[in-house]
Amino acid sequence: MSGLRAWGAALMLALALTGAPAVAGPQPDEILDDPALEARARALSADLRCMVCRNESIDESNADLARDMRLLVRERIEEGDTDAEVLAFVVERYGEFVLLRPTTDGANLILWISAPAMLMLALIAAGVYLRRREGAPEIGADDLSEEERARLDALLRERG
Amino acid sequence: MIVEIGHFALILAFAVALAQSLVPLVGAHKGWSDWMAVGRPMASAQFFLVAISFLALTWAFVTSDFSVQLVVANSHTAKPLIYKISGVWGNHEGSMLLWILILTLFGASAAWFGSNLPATLQARVLAVQSSITAAFMAFTIFTSNPFDRMAFPPFDGRDLNPLLQDPALALHPPFLYLGYVGLSMAFSFAVAALIEGRVDAAWGRWVRPWTLAAWVFLTIGIALGSWWAYYELGWGGFWFWDPVENASLMPWLFAAALLHSAIVVEKREALKSWTILLAILAFGFSLIGTFIVRSGLLTSVHAFAMDPERGVFILMILGVFMGGALTLFAARANVMEAKGVFSTVSRESALVVNNVLLAVSSFVVFVGTMWPLIAEMLFDRVLSVGPPFFNMAFTPFMVALAMVLPIGAMLPWKRGNLTRTARPLAGLAVFSVAMGALVWSLQTGMSMLVPVGVALAVWVVLGAGADLWSRTGRGAFAGRLRRLGRLPRADWGKATAHSGLGVAVFAVAALMGWETEDIRVVRDGETWRVGAYELTLTDVQQVQGPNFTSTMALVDFERDDGVSGQVRPEKRIYPAAGMPTTQVGLRYGLTHDLYVVMGDPQDGGGWAIRTHLKPFANWLWFGCALMALGGLLSLTDRRYRVAAGAAKSGGRRGDGPPSDRPPSDRPRSDTVPAE
Repeated sequence: MSGLRAWGAALMLALALTGAPAVAGPQPDEILDDPALEARARALSADLRCMVCRNESIDESNADLARDMRLLVRERIEEGDTDAEVLAFVVERYGEFVLLRPTTDGANLILWISAPAMLMLALIAAGVYLRRREGAPEIGADDLSEEERARLDALLRERG
Repeated sequence: MIVEIGHFALILAFAVALAQSLVPLVGAHKGWSDWMAVGRPMASAQFFLVAISFLALTWAFVTSDFSVQLVVANSHTAKPLIYKISGVWGNHEGSMLLWILILTLFGASAAWFGSNLPATLQARVLAVQSSITAAFMAFTIFTSNPFDRMAFPPFDGRDLNPLLQDPALALHPPFLYLGYVGLSMAFSFAVAALIEGRVDAAWGRWVRPWTLAAWVFLTIGIALGSWWAYYELGWGGFWFWDPVENASLMPWLFAAALLHSAIVVEKREALKSWTILLAILAFGFSLIGTFIVRSGLLTSVHAFAMDPERGVFILMILGVFMGGALTLFAARANVMEAKGVFSTVSRESALVVNNVLLAVSSFVVFVGTMWPLIAEMLFDRVLSVGPPFFNMAFTPFMVALAMVLPIGAMLPWKRGNLTRTARPLAGLAVFSVAMGALVWSLQTGMSMLVPVGVALAVWVVLGAGADLWSRTGRGAFAGRLRRLGRLPRADWGKATAHSGLGVAVFAVAALMGWETEDIRVVRDGETWRVGAYELTLTDVQQVQGPNFTSTMALVDFERDDGVSGQVRPEKRIYPAAGMPTTQVGLRYGLTHDLYVVMGDPQDGGGWAIRTHLKPFANWLWFGCALMALGGLLSLTDRRYRVAAGAAKSGGRRGDGPPSDRPPSDRPRSDTVPAE
């Protein structure tokens, strides 16, 4: 890879931090006439990262690049691309970094199955623990040491 | 001079902290009571020294002492006084000083209010707490000194980041830190107990209020931050799954898990080693959060190299304390034998499920937050993990939690009967589903999000009510009503906090599923319609603020039911900081907020205006407030207020009958037990 790309991204990110979050999101002149297509464009925009911003989707950002990306998404939709084709096009141009919803291919599979896997493991561990607890012999809470028993007696006498 | 006194006080406090992390520890080991006793005055001294230091820095900010670098970088003479004060912690160095102040405050509290602790435990707690403090003091003094002077003081400062000049955000860091740092007490107690080799019901009772307090502060801090994001950032979101936000969510989830498992230790002397581990992890995640925020590691994946010194220092603190505590845990966990025996269907098991869900969901957030870093380091892929992932991976845990909560909360300790507990709740379950179905039939062509949210919320809130009602025993209605008022505050706190969760679940679902949005160009005098609102842009004015200039739109609105008024969205420029911000024109309402944002002037005249109707937004903050209030109610429960007596009787308690609550905190005799 692509030390270069990493550097590029770093540079852009550094710039972004100085950028201001002013009014965000699609501008009136960007909106598509067909509400169904516009709805698709909005949904896709929410899943695409504004590359120069700090953790914002292009649907939320006021950066020029975000505007360009929004227009690009709408252009592709108007050309008749499916959602998957639009995403593929944007990824082709800007890299995987733009996807806020990571893909499920390759190593990302680990990310996606981590939640159910961890839950299963935790439930199994909890189940084993509960099983054991159920069968465990009760340790009397009364088994005080001699010293403790003497102190308890003293206290009881004091109060009583 | 005052600034130097502050600097000197901090260094002096560092020396005290170093001594305090050793002397009481040795004293406890050797059994020298005078060495142990020295921890208490030292903890007080540390707090007062750091307080002097903090006041000195505040003084520099209030008087705009521009010979101090930090003041130059973060203040301005024209700034309102409240933001001069909040400017103290509106930056890295000052916020570290606040962090330390709170660390010493908690340490001193353990000295002031811990007179009922066994001497050795208290000495060890104070020593561990002080070692954490010393580490952060070293960090501040050596890498982030807030008292650095300028050789040539400028005429005026560069002003605080305008986004931070806001009442909610002025209070957000102190609350958040009280939460993060509050968890250090749980950590200190856990480590002290490991050294001591003894965890019993009394330990659970001592550690729980600290956790509860930390959790309450964290809840308030997170809610303030979320509220601020909602009204300030201009697109009305309340949670962005930003690494910095996740950094606060992870310890919150762990604290929630910990305060539930501490109940099991306190009442049943089970789950001991797990609770100790949770206490270590909860503070560990606070530290990880600090690391994420301070190093800038994840805010931008590549900024790490920008400040390696600070990042590495915090990583070292994290490594030493987590490594040390976990090693100690591995070595000593086996000495903590569990006592309570319980069946698989019991309150204990329900709380285990609670812990599983909370802890795993927190780990899911952790994996998602760190994944871009892991993917880049190990797999050479530069990628993002954003809200779509977190919403999908995290939401199921909250849904499951809400589903089991009402049943788990009512299961009796030790041995329960699922059918018997579920029977009175069956009606509520049916009602909740019916409410969800009703909502689903009323909305047109929208997602299942809100119906499910409504059903869960109704279920949780009514379940909390049923739980409370069941505690009043049997008998005539009037008698039960009277007993309701006399229930221990812990019961009320539990019901309040749980219903707060329900309310928040509903609000999140409604906000995400039912929002209306409208984007358009509006000219002066033009009228447009959004939902039930008719809006008119009556005027656009230039307004001069104390340290900003503003372009303000006056937008009149009239609702179909006759309610009318005006909102004033603004675009502000802060010349000193050279930064624009937006102010949302916001009118809060019970069922929805009207949310108007002003955009840029358009080439052909007019302004871009975005109008949102945000359904039930207020309910989210209200839900959070209920959770915090529930925590406070529990915190003021009688068994903590009379802690001295309770500790003695609670230290070695006979195993009570298999009743719902152990004898010592059973309500007065006129309240019949729940069974």
